Amino acid sequence: MMPDLGRYAFAVLAAWGVTLALTGGLVALSLWQAARARRALAEREADRTPR
Amino acid sequence: MSLWEYANPTKFMETSGRLLPWVAALAAATLASGLLWGFFLTPDDYRQGASVKILYVHVPTAMMAINAWLMMLVASLVWLVRRHHVSALAAKAAAPVGATMTLCALVTGALWGQPVWGSWWEWDPRLTSFLVLFLFYLGYMALWSAVENPDTAADMTSILCLVGSVFAVLSRYAANFWSQGMHQGASLSVAPGQRMDDAFRTPLYIVLAGFVLLFVALVLLRTRTEIRLRRLAALAARERMA
Repeated sequence: MMPDLGRYAFAVLAAWGVTLALTGGLVALSLWQAARARRALAEREADRTPR
Repeated sequence: MSLWEYANPTKFMETSGRLLPWVAALAAATLASGLLWGFFLTPDDYRQGASVKILYVHVPTAMMAINAWLMMLVASLVWLVRRHHVSALAAKAAAPVGATMTLCALVTGALWGQPVWGSWWEWDPRLTSFLVLFLFYLGYMALWSAVENPDTAADMTSILCLVGSVFAVLSRYAANFWSQGMHQGASLSVAPGQRMDDAFRTPLYIVLAGFVLLFVALVLLRTRTEIRLRRLAALAARERMA
């Protein structure tokens, strides 16, 4: 159940919202960059492997 | 076994690949439980009312902002002294995490300051040193991007990291050094009469542990990405020369 934040509702929700959004965005960006680098390296190494 | 074995990128990739899923899962579980406890199950403060709930996002992000820079300092010193590439890449990988934590601490501090102090911002020693630390993070990342040779970039950013450490320390101790400004001293003081009540302190410790684990997970993940990108660049250079 949502706690009663009274007159501090904006400050509390904005602070939590900003933190969760920025941290979540950083995690998503890091995962995306990791997947892209892993894929690119795998493709490059596959190209170098003699067939 | 020596710690320096992990300076070998292959060894680092093997070990971090095994560790990462566990650290990430532990970080998610610890953060979820600490944040849910802090938001839903803690009482209002007798003086600050419900605004005290900002504590659970402000204090951990501020702590990680400083500690991330100190981790970068250690990694930079290892690079400068022993020339281990993984340490330079780990410092580079930690910078965006530290910058995000610093921005979170600045924004949540402003949002907390407005209802409690009646002001979004004060040119107070602690707030100002935090703002300068944020600018150092931006400068550090810009310098890595601006210098083409990776070893030169690592040298220059390591020196910048040493200089910025002054502000990382100031961010932590400014309120004690100058005894002025709006910001309080240490949030987790054990001094008589300043000890935080257990109702607030226990979930705060859990959230702090969660943010430390999240930082470790992100730095491991981002360092692995940097090692892969370095390998890609080396392969491209080798093909150009062939």
